[in-house]
Amino acid sequence: MMILKVNGHDHQIDAAADTPLLYVLRDDLKLNAAKFGCGLGQCGACTVIVDGKAVLSCVTPLLLLEGKQVTTLEGLGTIERPAPIQRAFMEEQAAQCGYCIAGMMMRAQALLQRNPKPTDAQIKAELMPNLCRCGTHMRIVRAVHRAARLMDTAELSSTTRSTAQGSVR
Amino acid sequence: MIGGVIAAFAVIWRPAISPIEPPSPQAFKADDVKRGRDLAAIGNCNDCHTVRGGKTFAGGLPVPTPFGTIYSSNITPDPDTGIGRWSEEAFARAMRSGIDRAGKHLYPTFPYDHFTNVTDEDDHALYAFLMTRPAVHAPPRANDLPFPLDQRLVVAGWKLLFLKRGTYRADNSQSAEWNRGAYLVEGLAHCGACHTPRNALGAERTDASFSGGDVDNWHAYAINARSPSPVPWNTEALFHYLRQGFDQDHGVARGPMAEVVSNLSSVPESDVHAIAVYMTSVFGPPSQDDIRRAKDVKTEIKSPPAQGAQSNVAGASIYAAACATCHESDRPLPYGGVNLGLSTALSAPDPRNAANIILSGIGPVAGERSPIMPAFADSMTDTQVAALLDYLRARFSKQRLWTGVEKTVADARRRQTVFLQTSPGPHNAPAEPTQRDRP
Repeated sequence: MMILKVNGHDHQIDAAADTPLLYVLRDDLKLNAAKFGCGLGQCGACTVIVDGKAVLSCVTPLLLLEGKQVTTLEGLGTIERPAPIQRAFMEEQAAQCGYCIAGMMMRAQALLQRNPKPTDAQIKAELMPNLCRCGTHMRIVRAVHRAARLMDTAELSSTTRSTAQGSVR
Repeated sequence: MIGGVIAAFAVIWRPAISPIEPPSPQAFKADDVKRGRDLAAIGNCNDCHTVRGGKTFAGGLPVPTPFGTIYSSNITPDPDTGIGRWSEEAFARAMRSGIDRAGKHLYPTFPYDHFTNVTDEDDHALYAFLMTRPAVHAPPRANDLPFPLDQRLVVAGWKLLFLKRGTYRADNSQSAEWNRGAYLVEGLAHCGACHTPRNALGAERTDASFSGGDVDNWHAYAINARSPSPVPWNTEALFHYLRQGFDQDHGVARGPMAEVVSNLSSVPESDVHAIAVYMTSVFGPPSQDDIRRAKDVKTEIKSPPAQGAQSNVAGASIYAAACATCHESDRPLPYGGVNLGLSTALSAPDPRNAANIILSGIGPVAGERSPIMPAFADSMTDTQVAALLDYLRARFSKQRLWTGVEKTVADARRRQTVFLQTSPGPHNAPAEPTQRDRP
């Protein structure tokens, strides 16, 4: 039994120490934004944010999350009130099949929290571990730039800050 | 006294060789340029003479040494900042004696202690290749060395002690292929520069050739009888590893060796085979003990012994969730992970390489099907990586446990950022069809 902090809430989890975080998120907490792609940490579809860093949840056992803050896409925004990163991806129509997009958004979010004005090269380098088979890469890069601009505007900066701390709305 | 000064002067002073008008690319024969390209790939020239994301051969890569940081030079034919005004004589002198065109002693980070063995013919081809590359204007960066090492005459003394001409000699009792391999390994390929330990003055220890050395916070394994590899190397395995970048009994090349095999994938197959033949004799035949151990390892891979109750719960859990999915997948290399019972890193004298690879993973290579491994630096603390390494060492190696693992991990974490910023990406070698898999 351990306490897992996800999107600002504490959850009692009854699972073995070597259970991948992804399984707990999807099966126990019904947070289905993070996807099972390869299960090997090679595609990025399962990416979530742990203490501000993008982490592959399919190869991250529960035991590594003791005392840490997990943020999933559900923790960034809602359908009614999408977070800047979500708005940007929608406005750029960056998703085709959409399977990789939650992971893309989470890794991009972690990048923008660290570097609010990334260059094309920095975005591409950062998103390298995340695969997209539909080929929407150029739109994804544009969406990350757009999210950076959205986050930069005054009315959204407070939302971004609270997201970085893992609070829930 | 005067005699002493004259003698010292004779050792230290080297004349400048007159600058030339940069030769036109048409001045060189296509065959020489092509051969020079292959030789430059065998010499791994692009690896030190290119910064990550920078122009090929334009130099500027910081090379950390125990004495200070030395920056590689621009070896493109730019007349002002490169070697555009170097005659072939000046180029050959640099290769042979470590002296630049102006007569300045070069630091032995440029491995002229090996390049001194390169033939005139091969120097000619290398010159033809480099002088036909695009010229890049890139001024040299000043070295960061303390006094008195910043005085070039110190290098003259070093050369008196350690620069031995003709360390390679043909051995008529061996095959032509062995001799070709020996010529390449001891010369241009300069394998010993990383794989031979160095003495206090930074020279390769001739009494410990290929016994393992250090480069960029990686351990270059012993590649002689002292090799820590769980399964002994043979010619076939060496050839496959050097040519394809992996071998099923040894895993994939990574760290600084990744650039080496990337370069070797594009040169004539016969040269890589010759290197494998020569290196087999450097490794020497495996002992009966080695053969039996290798057999045990392979048996254990097929039917792993049951793992009893774990005292190292953290290490075992991390292994099960983060490593075993690939490393026990039975998928063939290089896309499946090597069974860690075969891992040289886990049987190595220290955990540096294993720590580096866990923290940084293996990045994909653009335009190739290549092995990849996720990086774990952002999901594990130093203590957790150390717990994992302790578990892996205990489970997968017959060697005694490592000590000071957590400190090694902390060092690796600190150093990896530097390495990742400065290391050139693979495949800076000029594009040529290669033997490697392409989608």
